[in-house]
Amino acid sequence: MILQARNIVKRFPGVLALDGVDLDVSAGEILAVVGENGAGKSTLMKVLAGDLQPDEGELLLDGVPLRLRSPRDAMLAGISLIHQELSLADNLDVGANILLGREPRSGPFLRRETARVEARAALKAAGLDIDPDVSVAELGMGSRQLVEIAKALSTKARVLIMDEPTSSLTAVEANRLFETIERLRDHGTAIIYISHRLGEIERLADRVEVLRDGSHVGSLVGSEITQDAIVERMVGRGLDRDRGLRSDVEVDVATKTPMLEVHGLRTARFPDISIDLVVHRGEIVAMAGLVGAGRTELLRAIFGIDRPIAGSILVAGEEVRGRHPADAAASGIAFVPEDRKADGLLLEESIGENMTLPSLSVHATGGVLRHRRRERRAAAELIHQMDVRPADRNLVAGGLSGGNQQKVAVGRWVGCEPRVFLLDEPTRGVDVAAKAEIHLLLDRLARGGAAILAASSEMEELLAVSDRVIVMHEGRIAGDLARQEASEAAIMRLATGGDREGATSR
Amino acid sequence: MNGAKKILGVFSLLLVTCVATSALSPYFLTAYNLENLLRRTSLFGVISIGAAFVIIVGGIDLSIGSVVALVGCLLPWLLVEHGVSIWLAVPGVLGVGLVLGLCHGLLVQRLRLQPFIVTLCGLLIYRGLARGITGDQTVGFQNEFKGIRSLVKTRFPVPGLEDFAIPSTLVILLVVSFLSIFFLRFTVWGRHLLATGRNESAARHGGIRTDRYVVLAYVICAGLAGFGGMLFILDVGSAQPADFGNFYELFAIAAAVLGGCSLRGGEGSVVGVVIGAALMQVLQNAITLIDWIPDNIQYAVIGAVIIVGAISDEGFRRIVSRRRLRSR
Repeated sequence: MILQARNIVKRFPGVLALDGVDLDVSAGEILAVVGENGAGKSTLMKVLAGDLQPDEGELLLDGVPLRLRSPRDAMLAGISLIHQELSLADNLDVGANILLGREPRSGPFLRRETARVEARAALKAAGLDIDPDVSVAELGMGSRQLVEIAKALSTKARVLIMDEPTSSLTAVEANRLFETIERLRDHGTAIIYISHRLGEIERLADRVEVLRDGSHVGSLVGSEITQDAIVERMVGRGLDRDRGLRSDVEVDVATKTPMLEVHGLRTARFPDISIDLVVHRGEIVAMAGLVGAGRTELLRAIFGIDRPIAGSILVAGEEVRGRHPADAAASGIAFVPEDRKADGLLLEESIGENMTLPSLSVHATGGVLRHRRRERRAAAELIHQMDVRPADRNLVAGGLSGGNQQKVAVGRWVGCEPRVFLLDEPTRGVDVAAKAEIHLLLDRLARGGAAILAASSEMEELLAVSDRVIVMHEGRIAGDLARQEASEAAIMRLATGGDREGATSR
Repeated sequence: MNGAKKILGVFSLLLVTCVATSALSPYFLTAYNLENLLRRTSLFGVISIGAAFVIIVGGIDLSIGSVVALVGCLLPWLLVEHGVSIWLAVPGVLGVGLVLGLCHGLLVQRLRLQPFIVTLCGLLIYRGLARGITGDQTVGFQNEFKGIRSLVKTRFPVPGLEDFAIPSTLVILLVVSFLSIFFLRFTVWGRHLLATGRNESAARHGGIRTDRYVVLAYVICAGLAGFGGMLFILDVGSAQPADFGNFYELFAIAAAVLGGCSLRGGEGSVVGVVIGAALMQVLQNAITLIDWIPDNIQYAVIGAVIIVGAISDEGFRRIVSRRRLRSR
């Protein structure tokens, strides 16, 4: 064993990200680490690579305790993490990127010839046949990924951690990457491989470790590694938990009136994929999918934050005219974005000012002249209705807890009485109590007649709060599951590119 | 809350400067000097309010001085050299300001050019145009057009005070200020404009047409710069295209910042900006009046006062936030 992690615990405010995880990897092994969004994979990898310090537990390198205070410490110890978003400087050439910060020098001068030789050797080891003088900007994503690997190899990395390396690669590029990875393993490098794409893991991994909710929940070795076995471990045995919230709601969509209709919508991110969907009056539709599956893009396009390439959007049978968020809002659509600090709230301003911002003209005389008394009354009413705590409209919104900020981000729309609510990760970064309150709030809005479409990465939330689950995979709607069909396994299968019945496609 | 504190800050700075200057120079408190100060403050107040609008939406306008020059030179050039009717010339030159503002706004909003670049080019282009159109010759009203010049030349005597009268420019500033305050504080549009400056993304996600408000701010800024340019030329009577309005954008921006506008956007009060404009004029006046300060270091003194103001503002804020942290 080269690298061992023992009983790693990592806490973030309000969240236990890693709850005593053990992991080890040997030379000449490809170890895949899998889990749902938020299971703790990325946190664990950051601990291994010195990006984060664990609160408890220890790392051992060749059996010797190791303390990593920074990514630089990890690099010196021979551990290299290749991030999901590549970190190459595309204004420099390939050689300069490979040796960035470790350039061979004599005094202040760069030893160009030595640098070229070293860079070329690293490129060769990574299986990339290009000249170190080529500019990174000219390379495709696949080659850039291999340059990252070359960079890691040039630091004499013995442990290579790769986080979703194929997320932006074509099939051909991915295959070339797999060949390189297998060759590195055969030469004795230990590789930790993280991916949502279970097909890749089936092909590459010698061993699979499964994380769920910050804990290690299972291992698979050799021929045990099949996509179905992985899915089963990922979602666990405790399937189909409590679904009380919506259980009394009629799920037969045939009897319902459509409130939001999307026809032939195509986004810039997935220009070849056309999306159609309907959300009915009083219905809560959850949108599942892995990171990057196109959920956020779809919501943004419906609301007009990003201009769709094609398609039409109807609210209660009437087409939304114009493509600006203001047009969508005027048609009765509300959008609560994922990043409430950057996109949802004016953090420096008061709760009251935030609460009334989208509905100002509703309160104003003639739609233009502000009516402070009516605004104050409306703000107080919304604060009460959303149960924002502390219930003081003069407090600065930035001082509220995440859950209460989210209540303001939702509540500011309630004053406009929208007919369609779009929410992107409505409970991200919110504590358990506030999460339940937000779920109740969504339920109440739906019972009031609104149509709700909410993207979420949390299985429990998807199942507990929705009448129907739409699963997205690589930009398209991979499945549409009514409440009784929706299970964690079915969702995970569709989200990872399998089909509905469980036989996974290749 | 914070805004009120900032206004108080710049107002005390103004008061201190006035008291110090009156102690150091007997001329400062003369009726003639005070009236002159009021007139100049009013003119600069108008263009400073314009600058404030752009700063509130998180932009900047460096072309104000050149717009003043272009409009200020075009007006007498049209009236005197080309005999254009006042009823055409005045709306025409004011329209020039508005159209230039529209261009700035569209370039910033639609083409996503940086405001600094757009208006820096404006600074160069309009100055060049003003000099080119007039053949770089001094233009003026040559003692005619008394009617329209009375717009800024009228004095309203105050009963009981002999030499002092209220200049009509002050009335103009009050009207512009009142309209601006009304727009910013009492209309939905003003609230939307402030929200756009505070966090454009959050405002857009709230269904506000942020693009229109950004363009509107540039139109207001250049429009007021043009209006100010007209007032300036009516006031002084003649202008040299090469230096008329030089540095006025910096006076306007300085006044706006002194008056509590944050260059990060979203913050600003019209009252503060007007006080800031007054402070700029009093400082200049003080340097002229106080014998032992040589006139040619004027800019150095103004710059020093502004930086001291900014440092004390920041220092004050840090002390406050540190105290707040400790009390937790």
